[in-house]
Amino acid sequence: MSETLHEIRLRVNGIEHELRVPARRLLSDALRGELGMTGTHVGCEHGVCGACTILVDGEPGRSCLMLAVAAQDHEITTVEGLAEPDGTLSPVQQAFAECHGLQCGFCTPGFLTTVTAGLRRDPCPTHERARDMIAGNLCRCTGYQNIVRAVERAATIGTERAATLTTERAATVGTERNATIDTERAATISTERAAALADRGSGVSS
Amino acid sequence: MGQPVQRVEDQRFLRGGGRYLDDVAAGPGTLHAAVLRSPHAHARVVDIDVSGVLDVPGVHAVYTYDDLTGPMAEPLPVLIPHPALTHGRTQYVLARDEVNHVGEAIAIVVAEDRYLAEDAVDRIVVDYEVLPAVVGIDAARAAECLVHEDVPGNVGARLEQTVGDATAAIAAAPHRLELDLEIERSACMPLEGRGTVARWDPDAGRLVLWTSTQSSTGVRAAVAAKLGLDIGHVDVITPDVGGGFGVKIVHPWPEELLVPMAARALGRPVKFVEDRREHFVSSAHERGQVQHVEVGFDDDGRLLGLDVEFWHDHGAYTPYGLIVPIITSTQLLGPYKPGAYRVVFESLFTNTVIVTPYRGAGRPQGCFAMERTMDAIAEYLGRDRAEVRAANFIAPHEFPYDHGLIFQDGRALEYDSGDYPASLEKLRKLIGWDEFAAFRRECAAQGRTVGIGLACYVEGTGVGPYEGAHVHVETTGKVKVATGLTTQGQGHETAFAQIVADELGVPFADVEVVTGDTRRMPYAVGTFASRAAVMSGSAIVKAARRTKEKALRLAAEALEASVEDLEIVEGVVGVRGTDRSVPLGTLSVLSNPLRYAFDEASKAATQFSVGDSEAPPVAEGEEPGLEGKDFYSPVHATFASGMHAAIVETDPATAEIRILRYAVVHDCGHLINPMVVEGQIHGGVAQGIGGALYERMAYDEGGQLLNASFMDFLMPYVTEIPDGIEIDHLETPSPLNPLGIKGAGEAGVIPVSAVIAAAVEDAEGIPIRAMPISPSDLHTLREDHRS
Ligand code: FES
Ligand code: FES
Repeated sequence: MSETLHEIRLRVNGIEHELRVPARRLLSDALRGELGMTGTHVGCEHGVCGACTILVDGEPGRSCLMLAVAAQDHEITTVEGLAEPDGTLSPVQQAFAECHGLQCGFCTPGFLTTVTAGLRRDPCPTHERARDMIAGNLCRCTGYQNIVRAVERAATIGTERAATLTTERAATVGTERNATIDTERAATISTERAAALADRGSGVSS
Repeated sequence: MGQPVQRVEDQRFLRGGGRYLDDVAAGPGTLHAAVLRSPHAHARVVDIDVSGVLDVPGVHAVYTYDDLTGPMAEPLPVLIPHPALTHGRTQYVLARDEVNHVGEAIAIVVAEDRYLAEDAVDRIVVDYEVLPAVVGIDAARAAECLVHEDVPGNVGARLEQTVGDATAAIAAAPHRLELDLEIERSACMPLEGRGTVARWDPDAGRLVLWTSTQSSTGVRAAVAAKLGLDIGHVDVITPDVGGGFGVKIVHPWPEELLVPMAARALGRPVKFVEDRREHFVSSAHERGQVQHVEVGFDDDGRLLGLDVEFWHDHGAYTPYGLIVPIITSTQLLGPYKPGAYRVVFESLFTNTVIVTPYRGAGRPQGCFAMERTMDAIAEYLGRDRAEVRAANFIAPHEFPYDHGLIFQDGRALEYDSGDYPASLEKLRKLIGWDEFAAFRRECAAQGRTVGIGLACYVEGTGVGPYEGAHVHVETTGKVKVATGLTTQGQGHETAFAQIVADELGVPFADVEVVTGDTRRMPYAVGTFASRAAVMSGSAIVKAARRTKEKALRLAAEALEASVEDLEIVEGVVGVRGTDRSVPLGTLSVLSNPLRYAFDEASKAATQFSVGDSEAPPVAEGEEPGLEGKDFYSPVHATFASGMHAAIVETDPATAEIRILRYAVVHDCGHLINPMVVEGQIHGGVAQGIGGALYERMAYDEGGQLLNASFMDFLMPYVTEIPDGIEIDHLETPSPLNPLGIKGAGEAGVIPVSAVIAAAVEDAEGIPIRAMPISPSDLHTLREDHRS
């Protein structure tokens, strides 16, 4: 093939990938094709629908408007990276399930990433701000009613979980168990990541 | 049933684990296709030069019409023939010598990746002789130019239906009105476009095709016929589908045939996924109609005669027959008795994208015609708009009500049940119809202009011919359910599992539903016409009941009890009032007499452990396995109904239209999952608002679609949809199916344009005769009205 390939490193959901892509390869295509992470969807490929939204250094970005080669050196989060390490749905994911905030699910990854970032900035949005938070994403199925509800519900779940965490943490502070947990957690994460990497198969090395 | 159970499919969707068409890998070495599409709305294809293409590195093949043979070289099928479709025309898989709309497929390139395939497409040189384009209904009717040389007047079909003598009834009526109305094109616009991937397995001689469709069995039959394969050698799997709304019921798309053809020829999996622009110019649109209504009525606004003539723009070809205009012409009647009725339509060719059903499928236009007429009558008589409607309702005691017309399924337009006065009562309360005058005065005092409108519809749902289901209790006690129609976001995995859990008496979590996979259920029709819950839901009930009967027969023998004394609770069959019981999983083991054990549980079914040695191991009339299969095929559709109302505010300076409140009363019989039904209503209303205020297909005179992107085609974001859609349900069960349900998928969209038109008209005091209406349209109307 005559196209020049560029070696790049992409850090996606905390894992580093090395890949060779032509300069024109869109980030959305690299994520979906080269890395096999098909959770990020492409609805328009011209930056309007928001289905392809990922987090670039924690901020929402349209992966269909970014070249893979330009995404080096950034920390990328996709929908696959939103759940807790133990598989528990994140507050935003949980809220979408509870509120029926999705139907076909095609737009959903873009909403989830957008709202995740939005709630980090504004953990307790007013109703108006909850609507604003999703005002750049298109959904053809839901009429948005339940998505707005989900944003508000996610804020509540987030607050509840933070409170639980604080309580739990308080209970363990001052005990030796802290150290043990950290070690166990690190071990689990590295095993899971290794498995995930193995899953992603050919063409990818890390 | 009836519970707002959280959806099981969401677990994978929320984690990015859905498997949509473009996520299907189909194996290593998958090749990608791109299509060369006509840049002209109407042209003769003089020459296609592909010589520059095969040199492009990474290109494997290029096909034009000349490469097609046998049935592939013939035009695509007319899916739904009709005697009135005297001049039906369909395209070739790849254009033969003429193209009839911008976007028509001319050649397909298969390459290592989509980027390279598109590069190669750019190198194909086509010599066109450009012909004049016919764009819009006026141009089609004028017929100064023809889309197809052999179709006089651009008329594909003319269909007339009459009940009584409408002309005479109108002439004799105390009052008469005429209205000229117009509705523009819009489109389904699912967030996921069309796509197909195929893998040919030379060892097994089988084709596996994944396609983003609303009819896997339809695609399967078409692919087998076109490629000359035995149908038994073609498997079609519908993956997760990112929205359909009608457009994906059309099949086979040219790409659905070209992709498997190429996969077989090249020995590598081939994938085609359209981009957004392709979806705009090469899938399908809907809605465009021009209508003329004449009506005669009495002093109460009661219809005495109704005469409707309309012109339907069906685009360049007619693969889906006359379904859309037939639905308009019949469903226009809504909940009303029209007196004498005559309807006639012409279905016209234009050099634009084909027109096939989009959610609502002709009903929004019909509802618009009828409801604008109701409002005009009320205005003329100076009567309340709700009262005029009530005067025309079919009364609850008049069901079943036969309109004396033929519906889209070729069967009588006979309403099964409904309670329209009750719906209207609920709607008046919900929106505050009677309090609106006071609200208007309040607003006026603040210099604000507001208006209210309402509209009613009836929707024939759950049309035939049939659907089927297969329910299988595995030896683990888990229940696997298959139905052949497809899913594109309706939550069938959840709703159907709810039905089975209830019927069979098993935990919801133990039921797994598969849809749209011809390997699991090869007999099916498809998901359209709000039919999935009614058709497959009913088939699943029947199949689950068969499974239950068999389980009880087996249990009666195992427990030495009589069937009447048995009950199934949480997957265990027990003898009432005793502690004797047997789990369904064990019955599944026993149902299949074995010679060879394969695990601990299966030992119980082997020949030395079980059975009366004098009787055949499988009893006469029985089959091995704890499973049940059945089909549901109703005589005709079941008719859901509803009424919407809206309050809008119009800006005196900018002519912006803001929806302040939107209220829905919805009657789809019994609800399987109210959360899912409300979600369907929300989505439908949002699409309706798009169609009423924002969306249109902006064709120029040359047939170029000027707004073929999400940048320019204004699909509503959350900011365009009212904050809160108020919903109330009425549950008038259908007598036609075991669950008493009616379809709910399309309803939300149907009356929206009519409602918004009515509310804007009420706010402005200017007749609204065309939709959608933008601020600049309203501004122009104001100017015209002033002068
Ligand atoms: S696909 Fe990137 S914004 Fe639509
Ligand atoms: S859930 Fe289908 S597009 Fe949003």
